[in-house]
Amino acid sequence: MTDWPILSTVTFLPLVGAILILFIKDDNELARRNVRNVALLTTVFTFIVSLWIWIDFDPADPGFQMVERADWIGGGITYHMGVDGISMLFVILTTFLMPLCVLASFESVKVRVKDYMIAFLVLETLVIGVFCSLDLVLFYIFFEGGLIPMFLIIGVWGGKRRIYASYKFFLYTFLGSVLMLIAIMAMYWNAGTSSIPELLQHKFPASMQTWLWLAFFASFAVKMPMWPVHTWLPDAHVEAPTAGSVILAGILLKLGGYGFIRFSLPMFPIASADFAPFVFTLSVVAIIYTSLVALMQEDIKKLIAYSSVAHMGFVTMGIFAANEQGVQGAIFQMLSHGLVSGALFLCVGVVYDRMHTRDIAAYGGLVNRMPHYAVVMLIFTMANVGLPGTSGFVGEFLTLIGVYQVNSWVAIFATTGVILSAGYALWLYRRVIFGALEKESLRSILDLSGREKLLLYPLVALVIFFGVYPMPVFDVTAASVENLVNGYTAALDAANSGSVAALH
Amino acid sequence: MYTIIVLLPLAGFLIAGLFGKSIGAKACEYTLSGFMVVAAILSWIAFLSFGYGEGETLRVPLLHWMQSGTLDVAWSLRIDRLTLVMLVVVNTVSTLVHVYSIGYMHHDPHRPRFFAYLSLFTFAMLMLVTSNNLVQMFFGWEGVGLASYLLIGFWYKKPTANAAAMKAFVVNRVGDFGFALGIFGVFALFGSVNFDTIFAGAADVAAQLGGGHEAAAAGAGAAAHGAGDVVLNFAGYGLTMGSALTVVCLLLFMGAMGKSAQLGLHTWLPDAMEGPTPVSALIHAATMVTAGVFMLARMSPLFELSPSALTFVTFIGATTAFFAATIGLVQNDIKRVIAYSTCSQLGYMFVALGVGAYGPAIFHLFTHAFFKALLFLGAGSVIHAVSDEQDMRRMGGLRTHIPKTYWMMVIGTLALTGFPFTAGYYSKDAIIEAAFVGHNSFALYGWGMTVIAAALTSFYSWRLIFMTFHGKPRASADVMHHIHESPLVMLVPLYVLAAGALFAGIVFEHSFIGEGYDEFWHAALYTGAENHVLHDMHEISFWIAILPTLCMVIGFVVAYMFYIRQPSLAKETAKRNRGLYQFLLNKWYFDELYDFLFVKPSQHLGRFLWKTGDGKVIDGLGPDGVSARVLDVTGRVVRLQSGYLYHYAFAMLIGVAALVTWMMLGGAS
Repeated sequence: MTDWPILSTVTFLPLVGAILILFIKDDNELARRNVRNVALLTTVFTFIVSLWIWIDFDPADPGFQMVERADWIGGGITYHMGVDGISMLFVILTTFLMPLCVLASFESVKVRVKDYMIAFLVLETLVIGVFCSLDLVLFYIFFEGGLIPMFLIIGVWGGKRRIYASYKFFLYTFLGSVLMLIAIMAMYWNAGTSSIPELLQHKFPASMQTWLWLAFFASFAVKMPMWPVHTWLPDAHVEAPTAGSVILAGILLKLGGYGFIRFSLPMFPIASADFAPFVFTLSVVAIIYTSLVALMQEDIKKLIAYSSVAHMGFVTMGIFAANEQGVQGAIFQMLSHGLVSGALFLCVGVVYDRMHTRDIAAYGGLVNRMPHYAVVMLIFTMANVGLPGTSGFVGEFLTLIGVYQVNSWVAIFATTGVILSAGYALWLYRRVIFGALEKESLRSILDLSGREKLLLYPLVALVIFFGVYPMPVFDVTAASVENLVNGYTAALDAANSGSVAALH
Repeated sequence: MYTIIVLLPLAGFLIAGLFGKSIGAKACEYTLSGFMVVAAILSWIAFLSFGYGEGETLRVPLLHWMQSGTLDVAWSLRIDRLTLVMLVVVNTVSTLVHVYSIGYMHHDPHRPRFFAYLSLFTFAMLMLVTSNNLVQMFFGWEGVGLASYLLIGFWYKKPTANAAAMKAFVVNRVGDFGFALGIFGVFALFGSVNFDTIFAGAADVAAQLGGGHEAAAAGAGAAAHGAGDVVLNFAGYGLTMGSALTVVCLLLFMGAMGKSAQLGLHTWLPDAMEGPTPVSALIHAATMVTAGVFMLARMSPLFELSPSALTFVTFIGATTAFFAATIGLVQNDIKRVIAYSTCSQLGYMFVALGVGAYGPAIFHLFTHAFFKALLFLGAGSVIHAVSDEQDMRRMGGLRTHIPKTYWMMVIGTLALTGFPFTAGYYSKDAIIEAAFVGHNSFALYGWGMTVIAAALTSFYSWRLIFMTFHGKPRASADVMHHIHESPLVMLVPLYVLAAGALFAGIVFEHSFIGEGYDEFWHAALYTGAENHVLHDMHEISFWIAILPTLCMVIGFVVAYMFYIRQPSLAKETAKRNRGLYQFLLNKWYFDELYDFLFVKPSQHLGRFLWKTGDGKVIDGLGPDGVSARVLDVTGRVVRLQSGYLYHYAFAMLIGVAALVTWMMLGGAS
């Protein structure tokens, strides 16, 4: 069983489901139900199989595990898969959120169900591939490939301005990627390999690191998204269907952060140290700027989208603090944000399905008719605010304590996000949930259905569980992160002593 | 046993929260109140039996929480005398409020929710006071904030309640901003957030600073040898140990200011009165708002090392004590008067903390919990009687209708104003005396302010009694017709609290601040080697000692003149000093100021950044701009393709001519 290529299995299982769906006709209600069920079963099965990765995972080993390797293109480029403490949980997060997305789309997506489900399953394969691949070229293919299904999901099943949003999304993310491709080629020529484990050992010359770092940064910063290249996100979220938003916020935004941890920090340590103040500045601006913007939003989804940008600011800040608290906090924050923002978008989807509007002003007093919904929404709002006892707190706290040791100004400014997030999140809650139910259109709105409870309650449980007992995550990530941070400091020390020696 | 005390309210919360609908409101009320009674009895047992042992601090580990690098945080309980005092206060008042609420809330359709919130609050508060590290304390800190938010906004249909709930949470978050930074600072200084490590580290620092400490206290600012190294970078400044501690303490104090509604961050507390009255008694009088006081006492080993921070604490506390009392003079809402009184009394506690008199501060916290909860629940009983009227201008003459409530309120007032031998007499006078003998530069200011505030307290407290219970009834006939004394389930908690308000002082004075101090507190409160406040305060002259009592009498007499002897006097005075009256009635215009300084600008800024920053600048120069330019360019290119053959031929001819010319010139050179 240990030789079984589990990572490839998990990666390509959704694709198998997609092929199955391809053979089902999409012309009557029964067929559509089959399509939905097949998609759901595939994703659930993938999730169960993926749990095996966690069970088999050895947390004491900082290196890559469950490695698979086969020759692929030419001599250097191989099909190379493996996970370590940094990537493993992102795989699980992806496989966990996917069934929820499929389930969330059961009733809201009515046209071209077949194509929709195929797009989602393909997207799942590509995203898992990103987190598992240990070859730069393979990584790039998965990384870029993920754009296409997402582009389609927004462009085909989106709202009124879906075309504008999907092109904006595509242009932004594609522009960064082109630069990354050039950097990948340069790395290949310099190191003679595209294998990530080998590249991690390779020492790039300092002058080259700067350019490589910038090229990767262009791609990852857009994906994160960091200020000021964040403006595609609110539009994409607003126009995307509910499940699309969940995947976008829950998983696709994590690709950028993952890239920073996987590539920028360990491969270009000198450049990372040089650019850290730059990243800190952007992060802090993102936190304050987008929180203020979120405060004034009139659209529920846009508000949550802007709050996502602010939360990602904590992630980038933590990563480039480059100490254990910072990096582990960043990983945790990404995982937690995957759950929380995913859940918040699902919550918006619940009322959107009923009222077909996202205007905050169209709601008010929902608690009167939807008490269960109010409770669930409250828990996620509090997690979004970073209340201790929810998973949102752990990541925020660790990234802040991490960055404080590096630069207290950054911590001071970033901590104001704590105040601002309370402001926008509670104001939203007050306008949507609290108050008397006065609007005629809301008189007959229904509380959560059984399907919606099935979607949201597991998320509630996880958000609280990881807030109270986040140790499973720390156990998994500790060894790899320690290894990463040690390597980073060692490289910096070597560079410093090198430059000192050169001076003498 | 300690674990049970802490977890019982959580169990209650979960039962009411998850199954409240199915088991019914009655079952919820009795189960949760029953849980609380058990928890309260257990905490009294723990409190009384603790002294017989060695007084060693107990630590009960529960669960691992976070570990990252050197940061290691666990859920655990720290049991020492300070914790036990808080356990007793929290659980006793919470139990009584639970029981009282059975009567007070019996018309409300959402009782399970209300009781769930009450128990959630109690759980969070217990986590706060039993915490063995700063992060768990922060958990409790924010947890009580959440419960407070939910309870203030309990009647969610009232827009004012929602606004008040949100304001409470956000203003508290401003304080938490400081608290969080303080935690980071402590971690940077001591490499840990656990109290044991921090206190051990602080003891080392104290030894290191040694002789230099007095010099620093004297204003020379010279740190001792070995303490001159930069240990913390904060906001661009490299700080030595002494100043680093000051910064950390001030940041922590900022958290305390938010939670305990001290000057500047107090604006949420009066608005919080929108919540049901039992909530005000529990959260906004007896327990949550004292969390800041508790935190400073808990961190006394750190604060003792920073005289500057303590001076600042004294200043803020004293100013708040005075400021809140002045506003209390003119408010007309019965609950708001008591709210400002709470604010003011918390100021007293901070004055005591600031001069290093931790014992008196906690003592006042302890006694204040009884009489202030009594006053609030009494006020609740009044409001209940007069059909939810809160404005004292529409009360009056209720004494004969609800005599039991009246006498309970009088007892609460006596204790609050420090009538001899009631609880407040011992604790409040101790604070004033401590301030008089305190060493820091604002100690005397603190003394002056607290003495004046004592007179003001007496005035507004008796004004409340007189306006509510004496004189002619000003309520409508309909209301007066329905007026009724509260049921027994509401009166019994009042009796218990009244007993506390009368006797808590005389019984516990010996232990909290008297001869039994060391034996009682053991190592729970730390006082520096040169801190003699507790000793000195017993040796002051008779006239200083009697002054607060005199002030109390003056306040009473003036209130009597204004509201019993000559009721028109109050109005005339207000009319004559119109400016001052408006200034006080509008609470020194803090709300308006903050609205102008913070709320409005951040809204404008947010809109500006959204529309202009994101919309015009980033999108305008970025994707939209680029696509517009591309369209422009292609538009022109399209025009070139006219479809006429001669256009193309002409263009080609020019091209060929240009090419030939260039080659000829190039060839020639």
